[in-house]
Amino acid sequence: MKGKQKAPIRVLIGKAGLDGHDRGAKVIARALRDAGMEVIYTGLHQTPEMIVRTALQEDVQCVGLSILSGAHMTIFPELIKLLKEKEASDIVVFGGGIIPKSDIVKLKELGVREIFPPGSKTADIISWIESNVVHR
Amino acid sequence: MTSDKNGRSQSKAEWIKNTYSRQKERKKSYQSISFREQQALFTAEDLAGFDAGAKLGFPGEYPFTRGVHPTMYRGKLWTMRQFAGFGSPKDTNQRFKYLLEHGQTGLSVAFDMPSLMGYDPDHAMSRGEVGREGVNVATLDDMLELFDGIDLEQVTVSMTINATSTIAMALYFAAARRRNLAMDKLGGTIQNDMLKEFIAQKEWISPPRPSVKLTCDIVEFCARNAARFNPVSISGYHIREAGATAVQELAFTLADGLAYIDECLSRGMAVDEFAPRLSFFFDVHNDFFEEIAKFRAARRIWATLLKERYGAKLESSMRLRTHAQTAGVSLTAQQPTNNVARVAIQALAAVLGGVQSLHTNAMDETLSLPTEHAAKVALRTQQIIAEETGVANVVDPLGGSYYLEKLTDEIEAEALEYIHKIDALGGMLKAVETGYPQKEISEAAYRFQNRFDSGENAIVGVNSYYDDEVHEIATLEVDLAIEATQIEKVKAFRQRRDEKKVTAARAELERACREGRNVMPSLIEAVDVGVTLGEVSDIYRSIFGIYTDPGMV
Repeated sequence: MKGKQKAPIRVLIGKAGLDGHDRGAKVIARALRDAGMEVIYTGLHQTPEMIVRTALQEDVQCVGLSILSGAHMTIFPELIKLLKEKEASDIVVFGGGIIPKSDIVKLKELGVREIFPPGSKTADIISWIESNVVHR
Repeated sequence: MTSDKNGRSQSKAEWIKNTYSRQKERKKSYQSISFREQQALFTAEDLAGFDAGAKLGFPGEYPFTRGVHPTMYRGKLWTMRQFAGFGSPKDTNQRFKYLLEHGQTGLSVAFDMPSLMGYDPDHAMSRGEVGREGVNVATLDDMLELFDGIDLEQVTVSMTINATSTIAMALYFAAARRRNLAMDKLGGTIQNDMLKEFIAQKEWISPPRPSVKLTCDIVEFCARNAARFNPVSISGYHIREAGATAVQELAFTLADGLAYIDECLSRGMAVDEFAPRLSFFFDVHNDFFEEIAKFRAARRIWATLLKERYGAKLESSMRLRTHAQTAGVSLTAQQPTNNVARVAIQALAAVLGGVQSLHTNAMDETLSLPTEHAAKVALRTQQIIAEETGVANVVDPLGGSYYLEKLTDEIEAEALEYIHKIDALGGMLKAVETGYPQKEISEAAYRFQNRFDSGENAIVGVNSYYDDEVHEIATLEVDLAIEATQIEKVKAFRQRRDEKKVTAARAELERACREGRNVMPSLIEAVDVGVTLGEVSDIYRSIFGIYTDPGMV
């Protein structure tokens, strides 16, 4: 999928649900921005509906959710379903946080493209995004 | 100056010049986890002019650098207080009983996100979160069930709850009353520290000002009615976990404490009326000596400020008593059994730092809530430190170490610099409103990540000594059906209650909120007749307003 990069990649970093752990989301948002991407950070306590609305309004290629509250098996499936309903399944969904391995397998089956566990390097996340989004 | 006839150096400078500089070092620079440049050696010269009498004193005496009690762990070991909570109140009640049976000496309740953020389990915002990160408590029935069969006059109970702390406190007091226990006999702690929520943990309902008002409502109410209860646990833990350095953690936490003192004084309370019950909660991270120094500096700064800035007369007002928890953020999902070693070392630092109670994290906490086995190993780690290592035999055993005393002085000076900066901004409440501490922490977190990415900060099993071997350990699965059960329970609870009494109690609580009265008396009556946590939170939302995350990166 790697084409000639015309425009910077647009990414939405989101925090869904009641979870307040935003250290990882903010560090990633800043690292992606420093890597030349256009980053929209939703702030805390968003619903999947709000995240999808922002993703469409901001015309992003990629949505990354950080979830450390254990609500990942509720929030990711809702997000994927809503994107499908809006015919926006081309938006690449990835995530990070405290997510057990067995759930990672299930989430990937549902269409979450990658989960970055604690201890991931920002450089790895950047290169993963670069090689997985549809470039414009 | 030259070396003596035996070739021995006469000063540190000479030693560096003659001896040390001829040696090779492994790295270009040696930094602590908080980016502190470390020199190779500390000697008596580093403590030139050090007034041990004024700076250290004796244990149990001002300025309490060497500990808040004269006997420290010879008199009483620290309280081993493992934070626990998941699923329904019944699930957590069973875990509490398990922990008490295995020698734990205090309870500590972890609530789930809906309880912490002020939503009943049947609210749309609670979807997927009921009982997952802690126990779900929305009603008086839930609170009664949580402590069923546990002797609340013997066991002290700590509740980690903030935005809804007034409600949890009211539920606890109402539950105790139902069991015919007197409020002034109950010992425990409620976290109830809203400033650090805006700074770091990010669990809130209303904006900072009314939130601080509610925090101080509990402080005031407990000072007059529940004198054995610590009404606030001024917390650095979350600040540190969000990425702060050791100094930032210390400074912001103490500055939060000063803001609460100022608010209580403005209500006409005298400092010695409430200061003895202000308690603290710090993180204990990987950098061993820096952490020990942090606890010692914390006690000295707090004692000095209470005495000199606030004119406290009681020594108990000047004593900084603290709980500590090993650093969750230092645990790794990779090779998770390595976490047992990290936790043991961090716990040792907390004990050498002189804490009053301690939570040791379980090895599996980057993967899920702890299993029973992992929770037991974490508790056993504390018991090994207490019973086998001998460190509890001597009070402040590291006191007088050139390095540690120098480090304690440096951390004290740097923290005071931050505190003075926050004073100049108009105090912590104003600083929080402008986002100052939040920004400082984000910067430090980003700096740490960059040092991790570049390999300058090593994390064993992650960016050094990693392997492809699969390190599977068992993890706790919380039953998703709990959400449905709690929803049914709260619905049935609302059906059963006396609506007339509920309406009257809600109206009275609303009046108390509008008139700026202390909410606690009417809140206890409200939850007693069946007003739920979500309903009280709705009253707060409508009267005090709703806070939303500014979403700064």
